Amino acid sequence: MPEKPGSVWVIAEKSRDKIAEVSLELLGKAREIAAQTGSPLTTAVLLGKDAGLLAAELIAHGADQVILVEDPRLESYQNDTYALVLEELIKKHRPEIILFGASYRGSELSATVAARLQTGLSAHCIDLKVDDRKGLVQVVPAFGGMVYSEILCPEARPQMASVKPGVFPKPERDATRTGTVLKESATVLDGYQSPLKVVGVVQQQPSDLPLEKAETIVVGGWGVGPDMWDYLEQIAGELGGAVGCTRPALDEGWTRGEHTMIGTSGKTVRPRVYMGFGVSGSAHHVVGMKDSGIIINVNIDPEAPVFQVSDYGVIADARVILPVLLEKIREHKGV
Amino acid sequence: MNIAVCVKPVPDPGHYNRININPETKLLDRKGIPVIINPVDKNAIEAALQLKEQCGGKVVLVSMAPPDTVETLKEALAMGVDEAYLLSDRAFAGSDTLATAKILAAGLKKIGQLDLILTGSESADSGTSHVPSQLGELLGLPHLNHITELSLELPVIKMKAKIENGYVEYEGRLPMVLGVAREINTPRYTTLMGVVMAQNKPITIWGLNDLGLDPAGTGLSGSPTQPGDLHFPRHGRKSEILKGEPEAIAGKIIAILRSAGVLA
Repeated sequence: MPEKPGSVWVIAEKSRDKIAEVSLELLGKAREIAAQTGSPLTTAVLLGKDAGLLAAELIAHGADQVILVEDPRLESYQNDTYALVLEELIKKHRPEIILFGASYRGSELSATVAARLQTGLSAHCIDLKVDDRKGLVQVVPAFGGMVYSEILCPEARPQMASVKPGVFPKPERDATRTGTVLKESATVLDGYQSPLKVVGVVQQQPSDLPLEKAETIVVGGWGVGPDMWDYLEQIAGELGGAVGCTRPALDEGWTRGEHTMIGTSGKTVRPRVYMGFGVSGSAHHVVGMKDSGIIINVNIDPEAPVFQVSDYGVIADARVILPVLLEKIREHKGV
Repeated sequence: MNIAVCVKPVPDPGHYNRININPETKLLDRKGIPVIINPVDKNAIEAALQLKEQCGGKVVLVSMAPPDTVETLKEALAMGVDEAYLLSDRAFAGSDTLATAKILAAGLKKIGQLDLILTGSESADSGTSHVPSQLGELLGLPHLNHITELSLELPVIKMKAKIENGYVEYEGRLPMVLGVAREINTPRYTTLMGVVMAQNKPITIWGLNDLGLDPAGTGLSGSPTQPGDLHFPRHGRKSEILKGEPEAIAGKIIAILRSAGVLA
């Protein structure tokens, strides 16, 4: 008999036949949380058709146990079927804490499951910790990140939270870790007819270096302008980095697209170096970049809030600095 | 075709820098910040109005908010919505997403006979995006969030829902609850005529008793989540200002990039 699952769960999400990065990131945080509770085992929950092959990946990144539900009806994600199966599992094993990745699907799934269980759920947490008195302290950005607010769930169980990709660092893969796999069934779906039919899934992976993988991100804001945008691309190219943007630059159509936007409604990044040009530093944007290694910002406005979240600031017109910096970097590299 | 649009009056996101934390009560102080219709909720209104233009019927607005938001709701009525229901009661204060969804569900049930319920995908102030799904669950209706396209070929409704780097195409049948994303359309402007006409459109106010709700099940006491401490972000960065001519600054940035190990 496998032992009873631990009380901190991560709902694993698949992305193109792999475990989504955010699920692996959550395993690291879940282990920290589990260590602070009386039940130090971290459990990952994995649903799918032939998902069993991926259980080892979850264990290598920190899961002590994997609850595996393999069923052809779970081949592709659908909110209603996944929610039904999760609801059953949660009622059976009664975990204390459940973490979801805040992807579009994860957000929807967590909200659905919370409503079915009539329990509390926080969204887009930027920090999670256990307090003896308060339980799971879930820190969320409110008012576009202007204020950080604690969310608590004092009575209802489980305590549920969602976290966006990139917020927590991914634990090192350790192929020597061992864990158990507990198989469960999806009999709750017997006779169930989904009211929604999936007609197609269209997903196109952008060809550029994803922000999450870039060691250097060169970020452009309103102050760059469409005519100077290419300098960001060229500087990023010289540094082997990627170009990110703010919401105003995205809305103006200067950028490569939504997948390069940093902020509460975009990506959360933690590159080794963040270098911003003409970025004002709205609270919304700061939530997505505040954990970067070194932060440099060039902005003409000395009052720009971005300087408060910078290690180095340059009070100058980004449009003047960009060409000079590109030239100097090329000179330095001997190009 | 009867469509309800759930909208949330929120403090204007353009003024979030004026939000303060009251040092004594530790509560948010949003004095003087104008209240507007949550921006993406206007996309939901626009989607509803377009469907009404296609199929006929009625568009009603449902909002859980304090009584002083009547004027804000008139802004939505001026876009062309037929009437509004304001769910308002002291007992509703402090509702989290689940309690809010319960109150909205009670209001929608009381209105009755709805073919489609639309909301914005998320609110500007708390931004959880929970309510569309939770409303769907509580009403026992199919639901989807982040809808970027919507077309009706009765009795079938076709939708595209946003996912990372793409979308999923769905088909279903009404009634349904849908959260719409801002990409779905551009909300129409209100006309002077619209504003004049909005003055005479009915706004019905329903409280706890009208909705037959238990006070213990709404507001802060009916919310599984409770707010804890608030604080402003603290970043602890050294904020060293680099000075000099552009060439000198570029040199300093290069030195920083090199010491960080991203440039040889």
